[in-house]
Amino acid sequence: MSTTDKAKNTVLEVEDLRVYYETPKGDVRAVDGIDFTLYEGEILGLVGESGCGKSTAAMGILQLIVPPGRIVSGEIRLDGVNILDLDEEGLRKLRWSKLALIPQGAMNSLNPTMRISQQIEDVIRQHEDRQKRKSKQAVKKRILELLQWVGLPERIYDMYPHELSGGMKQRACIAMAIALDPSVIIADESTSALDVVVQRVVAQTMLKVKQATGVSMIMIGHDMGLMAQMVDRIVVMYAGNIVEISTVEHMFRNPGHPYAQLLIESVPSLKERKPLKITEGITHDPRNPPPGCIFQLRCPFVMERCRTHKPVRQEIRPGQEVACHLYEKQEDGRYIDVRDVATNS
Amino acid sequence: MSEMLLQIRNATKVYTQRAFGGGKRQVVALQDFNLDIPHSPATITTIAGESGSGKSTLANLVLGFTRLTSGQIIFNGQDMTTATSAQQREYRRDVQAVFQDPFGVYNPFYRVGHVFDMVLKNFKLAPNAAKARDMIEEALNIVGLHGEDVLRKYPHQLSGGQRQRIMMARAYMLHPKLIVADEPVSMVDASLRAAILDVMMRLRDNGISFLYITHDLSTAYQIGDRIFILYQGAIAETGSTLDVIDRPHHPYVQLLVKSVPVPDPNIKWEGTIELPAEEEMRTSQKSGCRFYPRCPERMDRCLTSAPALYPVGYSEGHVASCFLYDKKVKASSIQ
Repeated sequence: MSTTDKAKNTVLEVEDLRVYYETPKGDVRAVDGIDFTLYEGEILGLVGESGCGKSTAAMGILQLIVPPGRIVSGEIRLDGVNILDLDEEGLRKLRWSKLALIPQGAMNSLNPTMRISQQIEDVIRQHEDRQKRKSKQAVKKRILELLQWVGLPERIYDMYPHELSGGMKQRACIAMAIALDPSVIIADESTSALDVVVQRVVAQTMLKVKQATGVSMIMIGHDMGLMAQMVDRIVVMYAGNIVEISTVEHMFRNPGHPYAQLLIESVPSLKERKPLKITEGITHDPRNPPPGCIFQLRCPFVMERCRTHKPVRQEIRPGQEVACHLYEKQEDGRYIDVRDVATNS
Repeated sequence: MSEMLLQIRNATKVYTQRAFGGGKRQVVALQDFNLDIPHSPATITTIAGESGSGKSTLANLVLGFTRLTSGQIIFNGQDMTTATSAQQREYRRDVQAVFQDPFGVYNPFYRVGHVFDMVLKNFKLAPNAAKARDMIEEALNIVGLHGEDVLRKYPHQLSGGQRQRIMMARAYMLHPKLIVADEPVSMVDASLRAAILDVMMRLRDNGISFLYITHDLSTAYQIGDRIFILYQGAIAETGSTLDVIDRPHHPYVQLLVKSVPVPDPNIKWEGTIELPAEEEMRTSQKSGCRFYPRCPERMDRCLTSAPALYPVGYSEGHVASCFLYDKKVKASSIQ
């Protein structure tokens, strides 16, 4: 835990979360012991290649893992309550009101037979106190307010999903997600199916909502450009493990983990033509990860120690935690890159 | 034999939709599109645009999946609408496709090698098994893979990037003249895209031209030679990729380039943009410029007549479909 983090309020804490998928040849370790903290009012980006477990991690937090998947261990504390201990009724109360999801391809998650207004009203009514039912007018007022928030015209109220464009449906989903003022919103690749111009409109809507309501967000995606525009900190996952958590500035200026470096180097540029950086995908069997570092098979700097000892995540400078043997703590508490030592001596 | 490998002349595709209640609605997916791809040198021609811009319609037309409403597609001097079946068969061999989804194109019950076996059989490429093995190995090597690593595997055992490269190898084995690549990297992870783009450049250097369909300007910027940016079925701007993206002239292309998120936390989007709701509904402009409802520079004449392609910038072939660059209008407005 860093010194700068202590001043901030923790909203969500994930500790040693493990989600495995059962297969005939053994468990696939989709998420294999991840820890991270989400602070109040921040947007945390979760990146990594497909199959690295980023969506599974999000589904784990939302308790939406279905067989053959299962949560093997872990604690997920939302406002101090471990939600893994809650029963189905407890979870029902929690969803939308404290923890909301803007799903992958949100445009296809709306019910095609219901008007937009009905769908948002459903969310509100589901969580209403029986004794204090809001009047029809009060709910309508709230829905119109929400639509205005996300920049949709009032006439959307009576429309069906097929009458809206992709970007509008996406924003209707955002309106639904913020309807009950949740503490955490998880957005899973929520703009990746949109055109750049519409993507920008939706992304800016999300930023506006965050600034106004102070909600915390976890944004899952693989577009590093979009991450740079939107998030405060970035969590980099590789094959079910977190390899680095950094502020967005550190991540783009001086990424620490060799995999994070690779990720940043392979971001295509619109400013200059540069030689392509070629890499392979995850190569080991996800049922049987190698002992030691998870990235050893692809790491250009792999050392003897990486084959046997799994590196722990350590804060190599304020706002940058890296799980890599390249960084060694000195007696004065500072970290050095062992490659510098090797070349100096 | 023509100098041009592929010529597309005034290609127009109109889809007719049956509306509720028996009415009909016509959607112009592509309007009067023209394109030339020379025999040599081989080039990567990018067709870029948002969804609904007509770029996939164009790919489907070139691949013969849909028929033109009007216009011509001329390959090697032969108009494909009047081609004999022998000519069509040759065309099917000379023009190959690589699709967006590297998961959907494989039959999950067969090993990867099956993909190559089918091609060898259908086009009777190899006289014997030893020659077939050599051809497969050569094709895999050019995309950076080895037969022993992949051929005995099932598709699910490979990464999306590897699967897409195998599709490129399959296409290469036929030594086609043109590969139509419809969003070949959009479903592959960012870190693995480079390997596929690299293969495209390598095949181009081996004399295979590409029609690269994408919505992602940054990959086009890295590998493309000429670019066409479409907006609602018509060319907004075209020219060399570097010219168009470095110095866009059409107001839509300017907006597009400016909206690509910059991978640098210190360079944020400038200002906010509002999309007029009507525009988002895609009630496309019946006459005049299709970008009119969103255009910050719109003029009265944009409503009544559609702009031609006017030369912009300093390089030859850089043109934009916008009245701002009509010399005559400029001159008259100054007077």
